[in-house]
Amino acid sequence: MKIEGNDWFYTKEVKEHFMNPKNFLKNKLEISDFNAYGKVGNMKCGDVMELWLKIEKNKIKDVRWRTFGCASAIASTSAMSEMIKGMTLNKALKITASDIMAKLNGLPAIKVHCSVLGDQALREAIKDYEKKN
Amino acid sequence: MVKKKIKRKTKTHSSAKEIYLDYSATTPTRKEVLVEALPYFTQKFGNPSSFHQTGLIAKNVLIDSRKRIAKILNCDEKEIIFTGSGTESINLALKGIAFKNMIKNNGKGIGTFITQKTEHHATLETLMWLTKFGFNVIQIDVNSEGILNLTQLENDLAKNKEEGMPVLLVSVMYANNEIGVIQPIEKIAEICHKYGTLLHSDGCQGAEYLPLDVKKLDVDMLTLNGSKVYGFKGTGLLFKKREILIEPLIHGGGHEYNLRAGTENIPGIVALAKALELAEKEKKKESARLKTLRDYMIKKIKKEIPKVILNGSVKDRLPNNVNFSFEGIEGESILLRLNEKGIRVSTGSACASQSLDPSHVLISIGLPHGLAHGSIRFSLGKDSTKQKIDYTIRELKESVKFLRMISPEWSNKNSWRNKGVVK
Repeated sequence: MKIEGNDWFYTKEVKEHFMNPKNFLKNKLEISDFNAYGKVGNMKCGDVMELWLKIEKNKIKDVRWRTFGCASAIASTSAMSEMIKGMTLNKALKITASDIMAKLNGLPAIKVHCSVLGDQALREAIKDYEKKN
Repeated sequence: MVKKKIKRKTKTHSSAKEIYLDYSATTPTRKEVLVEALPYFTQKFGNPSSFHQTGLIAKNVLIDSRKRIAKILNCDEKEIIFTGSGTESINLALKGIAFKNMIKNNGKGIGTFITQKTEHHATLETLMWLTKFGFNVIQIDVNSEGILNLTQLENDLAKNKEEGMPVLLVSVMYANNEIGVIQPIEKIAEICHKYGTLLHSDGCQGAEYLPLDVKKLDVDMLTLNGSKVYGFKGTGLLFKKREILIEPLIHGGGHEYNLRAGTENIPGIVALAKALELAEKEKKKESARLKTLRDYMIKKIKKEIPKVILNGSVKDRLPNNVNFSFEGIEGESILLRLNEKGIRVSTGSACASQSLDPSHVLISIGLPHGLAHGSIRFSLGKDSTKQKIDYTIRELKESVKFLRMISPEWSNKNSWRNKGVVK
């Protein structure tokens, strides 16, 4: 992880996902298209994440999210949303916090708990889907 | 090739438009200050303890700087101890009293220190450490505006005195670094002295804008530093009334009246004297200018951005401090998006700290965690103008709007598309 000598606190991958996040929920009407939902985190620790999945034939066709939190929380949700698109549920369930971190080219140690939230939200959403189906 | 690389690097750092609104973190060194201090690095570089001419030149400027500062503080020059930072001065004041007490009590700390909940970590952590030696520490509450509870202070002082153990020292900051709240130091001094207790005040944030006459303030010790008054980082001082006895933290060659050993930082001390003089001279005018700008900024943020809360007292507030919480979003995100636009601010959010807790100051004034996480401090200074504030608010509005759009905490509480933020 290269942070020293940079004029930005995080990696450039975090910066890109934070400044231009992908797949976030722009319009609430979109939700009707999605069939799985997960929410994790709380305000006390300062991170809350919501995730919507569109699952068809055991595959994640599309994804939307909303996140309250710091740059690394927003960036890690965005990065994860790109990773899981097109994935089978089995494969998605294997995603770990370190996979998300690798995609962001690393996070400062104190920030790791934020990215852990991404894979937790994913598991919550898949659980929700399995309950409904 | 190498040349090209260097050129590009320089460009990214200097070409970006920068609006610095973090003067409470630190100030740049003023040109006048730098110019006056420069000769003491290379030409008049002597050690004031040396007996030769080079040494005497340094000694004279040390004496002169002390006199200049004593004049501003309205104290005796022997009452000024130069240190390496505000934090060091605070440590010297608190531990200095504590160690004196411990020497008297065979190494055990006996007695009570009083402070208040929104103090700087330099004070809180020092006092917390002193509890290990047996000292008792009381933290007085503040109200929702951030002002210390005077009744509680008086009750605690009275109780300790009745028990035959007057409180050793009260330490209360002059003005708060996060929310800019100014404490009623004169009143606090009056109460402390009524019960025979000494008062130390951390004046680092207030020095640029508030009166520094220690006789009028009636403080027994006062901490100041250079890095908040357009002087140098790594410079500070402790004003201490002559009759108060403290132990040093740093032992050695007997410098600073045996209270702070180590060859004096002459350029830094000259810079501190000059910086404090300039502050004193321009205090009235600059405070008035910033106050107008501050109030303009507060009013405009309230008008342009829904669901914001001004943290800290409106009335008893430093002229350069604006601190808002933005509902539904987190401070570090706001800070970093503004940073991309060249705007430098700070936040009380845990995400931008070394711990996982939000600002103890904001929690102490009663803010729920969510709002404490969503706070931004704008601290104004010499280069702040209305134009820069307008640009800042424009960018702030955009950043807040975007972050609220992607925040569940905002969207779930504010019905979609009709609150004027998400359009």
